[in-house]
Amino acid sequence: MSKTVPILIASIVGFIMIVANFSPPLLPVRQIAEDWFTIVATIAMMLGGANLCLHHLKKISDREAGWGFSTVTLLSFFITIAVGLLKVGAVPESEQQLKFAWSGPFQQEGSGFWWIYQYLFSPIVSTMFALLAFYVASAAFRAFRAKNVEAILLLLTALIVLVGQTRDREITSLFLPPPVEGALPYFPIADLTEFIRKTFVTAGQRAIMIGIALGVVATSLRILLGLDRSYLGGDE
Amino acid sequence: MTSPLLNKLNGLDRRWIFLGMALAVLSPILLQIGSDETPSPPTIKLFDQIERLPEGSRILMAMDFDPTSAAELYPMALGFTRHCCLRHHKLYFVTIWPTGKPMIESTIKAVVQADFGSGDRQYVYGVDYMNLGYLAGDAVAISQMSSDIRKARPQDARGTSLDELSIMSGVPSVKEMDLIVNVSAGFPGGKEWVQYAATPQKIPIAIGCTGVQSTQLFPYYPDQLLGLVTGIRGAIEYETMLAAKYPNPYANRNKRPAFLRGGAQRWAHRLMIGLIVLGNGIHLANRYRRTPRR
Amino acid sequence: MDFHSDTNAKKEIITTRVKSGGQSAFESLVFVGKRPWDCRERVRFTKKTLAMLLFLVVFPALSLADESAGSTKQRVWFDTGKTSFALLTIAICATVIICTELARRGKPFYVRPIAGLLAMEEAVGRATEMGKPILFVPGIEDIKEIDTVAGLMVLSSVAKMAAEYDTPLEVPTSRALVMTAAREAVQAAALAAGRPDYYNEDRIHYITDEQFGYVASVCGWMYREKPAACFFLGKFFAESLFLAEAGNAVGAIQIAGTAETTQLPFFVAACDYTLLGEELFAASAYLSGEPAQMGMLKGQDFGKLAAIVLLLFGCSLATWDSISPRGKSEEGQNLPRRSQWITDTVLKGG
Repeated sequence: MSKTVPILIASIVGFIMIVANFSPPLLPVRQIAEDWFTIVATIAMMLGGANLCLHHLKKISDREAGWGFSTVTLLSFFITIAVGLLKVGAVPESEQQLKFAWSGPFQQEGSGFWWIYQYLFSPIVSTMFALLAFYVASAAFRAFRAKNVEAILLLLTALIVLVGQTRDREITSLFLPPPVEGALPYFPIADLTEFIRKTFVTAGQRAIMIGIALGVVATSLRILLGLDRSYLGGDE
Repeated sequence: MTSPLLNKLNGLDRRWIFLGMALAVLSPILLQIGSDETPSPPTIKLFDQIERLPEGSRILMAMDFDPTSAAELYPMALGFTRHCCLRHHKLYFVTIWPTGKPMIESTIKAVVQADFGSGDRQYVYGVDYMNLGYLAGDAVAISQMSSDIRKARPQDARGTSLDELSIMSGVPSVKEMDLIVNVSAGFPGGKEWVQYAATPQKIPIAIGCTGVQSTQLFPYYPDQLLGLVTGIRGAIEYETMLAAKYPNPYANRNKRPAFLRGGAQRWAHRLMIGLIVLGNGIHLANRYRRTPRR
Repeated sequence: MDFHSDTNAKKEIITTRVKSGGQSAFESLVFVGKRPWDCRERVRFTKKTLAMLLFLVVFPALSLADESAGSTKQRVWFDTGKTSFALLTIAICATVIICTELARRGKPFYVRPIAGLLAMEEAVGRATEMGKPILFVPGIEDIKEIDTVAGLMVLSSVAKMAAEYDTPLEVPTSRALVMTAAREAVQAAALAAGRPDYYNEDRIHYITDEQFGYVASVCGWMYREKPAACFFLGKFFAESLFLAEAGNAVGAIQIAGTAETTQLPFFVAACDYTLLGEELFAASAYLSGEPAQMGMLKGQDFGKLAAIVLLLFGCSLATWDSISPRGKSEEGQNLPRRSQWITDTVLKGG
């Protein structure tokens, strides 16, 4: 029973979503399902928060490897919640808001929460994203090796696209006659890059996308018909 | 046959690569070495469309990115907004990313309020531009906006009813827009705007996206996408066109953030090419060393 | 016989299982009786379908009654602009269901071996030998994404193998709902493996919804604990390369899979095995070896065949258009291209 009910809910809602795509009167039902997901996911957030606290408290109490990071995590978690909930630094924006305590928006410019977002969150995530450049370089150094014919093709394509993506592509037009007055300059490698992107990459992408779409249909059917229940722990 | 250099290179610590990349990125930034670009057709098309639209056309600016991708996308968001303001179009800002709201506010502050907030033809909130803020629901939100904006969000980001804003009169849905300009960092973003708003409602759309996303969006160009501006390179191209058409003040370096980032990108690309060549040199040398000789 | 390293042997076993109607623990539940129509699964399925139909009628009726109170306009029940799309949906779903039914009735189907899936047991075995944990990342999106569900389905199989070998399995999640589902899947897998004591809910925990916060935590764990095997199966974005490179740095055997086409190149460059797009969705069915699910994979292949035929038809039509254009109408205007009719009428609204 504990598995049948969730599967039934998944099946019913899933089929309604499919039918609603073709039947406009069912669109409100689809919207209700979307709203319900948001409600359930929000409740689950609390569960997640509780789990986060328990997990890290346990790590600190057991002095597991990296327990210091757990302390930082918990401190950041509680400070951010407190600053947001107590609307630290937020001031009323209108006369109407003056009548009520804590009525200024918590994300208001200059508030504590805004400060955390602007000067802590934003630089930290930007830095994390920037680290990608280092990992890409390291992966390229390791992966693009001319081991066999396929690898050589991959290597050459990578080099052409890399050169074609920056202004260094102009090197390839050094030995060509200057362009006619008013015409755009011609860079052979830039055209080759565009050709690779438009022809091979687009064709490959579309083929993969068709395969994915069919895979999604088959997987969805497996779930909607209750044939595959492993994501819920299978049958007991 | 043994070579100490080859042995050293075989065991090259990845931290040397990291150091090389740090230098390749940091030096152009510190030395203010920028990079220009020749505009490509997908960028030219968007620029021309904004130029062609009559003054006061309605443009939906969907800013679906966050601080994470701001390094790549914020310069083009500034460029698009500047161009629209120069043509005095009506701007409707919106985002379907919860973290996109500060990005809109930052763009408005840096362009609309700083550059066009004073003078004879100043931009006035509610008349020339408005901010719908964040709309929850991913693709469903886009779909709702296509049928009824007020149903999707009855108030703007400041809590004012949409009916009180003169810019919103005669705008029941996204269908009334003359152009959608989307700055997209991923899901939900460009693909969803094409699938749920632009193509079904036949609204022209142009997207500015990250370099990684370009392969995913290229299949939509030119049939479903009017223009496609990709990564820092696309932003530099747009800035180049803006500088050529409106040299005062947009030819100034301090008004061209993408130009300055282009230098770092160019040197990082050069390092990558160098690393690939070095990697293959090591690989070939190893093969040569292993081949038995008589 | 070295089962795990012999692709042909595994392929043969899977084909035999499909032919014989399946004999795994899961299959025994499906085929209780000899005739498929007598089995418990069938009865349950019929009950479910009936309930579903009831709800499909009751739900819309309620919503319509509510909505039509103030409206006298005639309701359009079917969006005719989407006819071609609806027909295509029905055709593909029907093919998949027919193939499932044929497989259930014992028709043998060949399913090509997928290297990444064959390597899963090898990866778990390696972790066991080295006495190190296994890491499983089910993507960074919520459970409403089909990629995440596909990842959780594979988690079930990996957890069963890990439970059999008693190798610790760490599942950090970036969504609370995914954590709950992952716990269910691992607990059930431990039970199925006959090792209920293996399940430790502390190992399946929530980190954060924030993409790079999650990456920082998982990569930190990887550098500290040095897992011997890493599985990245689900929906991934920019974090794919962070995770794969961290796994590579600690020397783990890595199996990745995603339907996010922009991230596939990163996984291919940094991982040992990559499940490309549809292979991720096929993984669970493939690993289960259950006939009904294998039949679905075959149905998918027929869908692909239909896509190829349609592609060829479209290409031929476009080529015909460019070789011999249709000329001009009596008013002197250019007649629309033949392929235009397809895009304007058949595909309209799709």
